[in-house]
Amino acid sequence: MARPWSDFRIEQTVGNLLRNGVIAAAAVVAAGAVVFLVRHGAEPPHYGMFRGEPSDLRHVGGIVADARAGSARGLIQLGLLLLIATPVARVAFSVVGFALEGDRVYVAVTLVVLAVLLFSLAGGHL
Amino acid sequence: MRSPAAVGYDGARVGQGSCGKGDGTWARSGRGARRVNNLVFTALVGASSLVAGFLGSLTGLGGGVVIVPLLALAFGVDVRYAIGASLISVIATSSGAAAAFVKEGFSNIRIGMFLEIATTLGAIVGASLAAVLSTSVIAVVFGLVLVYSAFLSSRPRDEVAPAAAQDPLAALLRFDGAFPGPAGPRPYKVQRVPAGFGLMAVAGGLSGLLGIGSGAVKVLAMDHTMRIPFKVSTTTSNFMIGVTAAASAGVYLSRGYIDPGLAMPVMLGVLAGSTVGARVLVGARTVVLRRVFALVILVLAVEMIYNGFSGRL
Repeated sequence: MARPWSDFRIEQTVGNLLRNGVIAAAAVVAAGAVVFLVRHGAEPPHYGMFRGEPSDLRHVGGIVADARAGSARGLIQLGLLLLIATPVARVAFSVVGFALEGDRVYVAVTLVVLAVLLFSLAGGHL
Repeated sequence: MRSPAAVGYDGARVGQGSCGKGDGTWARSGRGARRVNNLVFTALVGASSLVAGFLGSLTGLGGGVVIVPLLALAFGVDVRYAIGASLISVIATSSGAAAAFVKEGFSNIRIGMFLEIATTLGAIVGASLAAVLSTSVIAVVFGLVLVYSAFLSSRPRDEVAPAAAQDPLAALLRFDGAFPGPAGPRPYKVQRVPAGFGLMAVAGGLSGLLGIGSGAVKVLAMDHTMRIPFKVSTTTSNFMIGVTAAASAGVYLSRGYIDPGLAMPVMLGVLAGSTVGARVLVGARTVVLRRVFALVILVLAVEMIYNGFSGRL
């Protein structure tokens, strides 16, 4: 496979990445939904007053731990995290794509975007 | 259309722990409160989101723009939970639609990536502001953006004539491209990059503040300011929306705005609706539908502004 990396090929790969990411995220959310509704379907919802999520559902580590422990809300949140990660993965892949094309300007541009995204996901805000 | 008073629930879980001041949130809005359980609530929110996603994709206005008013006005959900759930649905539909458009060669990855610097930074500022501003202020700003979206969608999008001159910055950044047309590739040149960049930062800020894709502002920046042909600007903007929303999502997540139980039916509903909508779109006559949807958006806008000013949201 000595085909050169072109914009076209990057775009095809990015397209597949986005689609698969969304499908995987939707599948995990749907699985979590089943568990959530079976266990908590009869309880009343409580979104009228803002309390904020418990701290374990606010960051990556806590969400993964909750999902592994079989928590329904943790599992759904893991699916949502996968969804959020999809565009981030797309940006990360674009860094590699532009590097393979030898386009330094866009490697830099894409790295800036990736840095902003990782800053936000690490819990950063202004 | 669901009447806003049709569904309600009692938001108070009395004696359930940390909330000190007790109940009354729902009563405050003065609508008939009826206790429903998670199963019914999930089904109703899911079905409404499905319709919103379907109409949003069919009209090109996006489903996210009606999700927040729908949740806040009809279901009595706190605005902060509503924008969190809406933002999640925006990422889902953007990534799903972008996957198709990118492959067709309409979107311009370079323009998208460069402008994402502006939109992601704007998004973090907007999402951080959302935590500081009162929900009433957010509701009013939301209403104003809705009015603008409705106005924009009621007019046909006119294709701007391709300009002969070129922005040197666009040349440096290798923005100029061509998109597939009926008579072979159609080249275009990009104008006024700095102004477009600034407007995109505003679009990102609104996206982060309101949990929407803010496609309307992106159209202003890319079509009117940068003079990008609308097939390219629409698909490129769609491509960028997911990345912009992901930047806000990190802030929302750490602030506890994203509730899995609420975001779940919204995400799955909007995703299913917009997927079906995109299939139907080919060959559908959407002029009347766009007008009707624009009218719905206008009504929601007035409700949001009114409720914001009267302090009910």
